[in-house]
Formats: sequence, C-alpha cells, structure tokens
Amino acid sequence: MLHLILFLFFGAICVAGAINLLAQSHPINSALSLIVVMAALAAEYLLLGAEFVAAVQVIVYAGAIMVLFVITIMLLNAGKEEHTRGSRIAIIVGVPGVIIGAVLVAWTLLFRSHTTSVTIGAEPGSPQGIARLLFHEFLLPFEVTSVLILIAIMGAVVLASRPDAVARRPAKSDHKELPELVASGKGH
Amino acid sequence: METIPLSYYLMLSGILFVCGVLGFLIKRNIITIFMSIELMLNGVNLSFVAFAAQWHSLSGQIFVFFVMVVAAAEAAVGLAIIIAVYRTRETLNVDQVNLLKL
Repeated sequence: MLHLILFLFFGAICVAGAINLLAQSHPINSALSLIVVMAALAAEYLLLGAEFVAAVQVIVYAGAIMVLFVITIMLLNAGKEEHTRGSRIAIIVGVPGVIIGAVLVAWTLLFRSHTTSVTIGAEPGSPQGIARLLFHEFLLPFEVTSVLILIAIMGAVVLASRPDAVARRPAKSDHKELPELVASGKGH
Repeated sequence: METIPLSYYLMLSGILFVCGVLGFLIKRNIITIFMSIELMLNGVNLSFVAFAAQWHSLSGQIFVFFVMVVAAAEAAVGLAIIIAVYRTRETLNVDQVNLLKL
C-alpha cells in the first residue's frame, strides 16, 4: 500500500512537471520543470528497485544534461516565445491527433493487455549486477559508446566554436563595404 | 511482497511521452522543442525499467544506460547546433528558421 501511495505521489509530480513544461512560455521555466520531472522519475526508478539507474538519472540527466540546457538558455538570452499562424495550425491539427493516439494506447493497456504486476525489489538493480552485464555481455556496445562520446565532444567543439562565423555574419555595417569588395574583385 | 500493476508504469510512461510529443508540436522555441525530446526519452526509459522489473532481467536497465549516454551526446551536439543557428539567424523561433542556407 505504501508503495502504491509513493508511486502515485511521484507520478503526480512527474505529470504536473510535464504539463507545466508545456504551459510555460519562458524556456527557463520549462527547463526547471523538466528537472522536477527527472528527479521524480529517479524516485520511480528507486521504487522499481533500479538503484543504479536512479543514481545515473540524477547525476547525468538532472545534473549534467539540464545544466547544459540552462547554460545554453542563459548564453543565448532566450526570451518568451511568440506564436505565429503556422504554430496555430500545428496546435489545431496536432493536439487532437496526439490525444486520439494517447487514448488508443491507454485503452489497449487497460483493457486489452494481460500484463501482471511488478514485484517491488524482486530484482535489485545493484551496481554489481549492472557491471557484470555491462562488462561481459555488453562490452562491445560499451566500448562503441565511448567512441560515440568522443565524436560528440569533437562535434560540439567544432560546431559551437567558430570565430569566423561572427565575422561572416551579415551585419549592417558590412553593407557599406560590400560594393567596394565587389568592385575590388572586378578590378582583379 | 508489494506489487504495483505494470500497466500503471506504462500509463505514466505514455503520459510523459505524449507530453513530449505535444511539446514538440506546439512549442516554437527551439530549446523547448529540444527539451520535449528529452522528455520523450525519459518516458521510454521508464517503460524500459518497468519491463526489466517485470521480466526479472537487468538488460532493460543496461538499455536505459545506453539511452542516457546517447541522450547526453545528443544534447551536447544539439545545443552546439542551436548555438550555431542562433549565431547566423539571431533568433530561436523555429518559424523564422525556414531557410537551409542564408
């Protein structure tokens, strides 16, 4: 009974955070509510006995990834979003379609599936068991993942740090120099 | 042993995924759209862990681990792309990012 109450409590926090992410118009508020969702999901993982995944969820997701998001929002000075005609069409067409799909999935889960109950703590996701699987059966994917991370680091550095991009940006002061550049190009 | 029906976890996972899809559709800020993708990944992760507990297998949790690694790489590269887009267009609204090349 206690587990069910805890599940419902943290599930309600998850859903409230997700809906708040949709309702807020400023990106920083959306980012903070996403952190709430991720922290509540870590509690759900703990309820399922997945201790390692819960720890990684807090450290990697709520810690590293969301800090990256918040820093980007601060760096780009993101303001409130404004809606245009195209976004209204997306709302009018998209929202009913998504709701229909969600109702179909929920109906299937509730009435058509024969899933049983999850026993709490039957299979503890301890770091020992995870490590035994990760370094024996899943060793090759684990090593490939390190290559992926390396490529992602290099890609992020190459994409984000382009000092010549600022110089090539068509600023207003550049327009005066443009005819001269063209003229000098013709002269050569 | 305490038990919780598996369908509860799947319902919560589905609600999170649907919220992510809705955010992807109705949000206009490119950073918020990116956060909606992370929300969808979180919903999928929850169903992975729930099924891992259901079938008494740790492989599902290993998959969650790999999904998190890919999400971290994706966030790093994606935010770098967003910074590059902002440098060239000076806007974060996806409606105004409608040209492949400036």
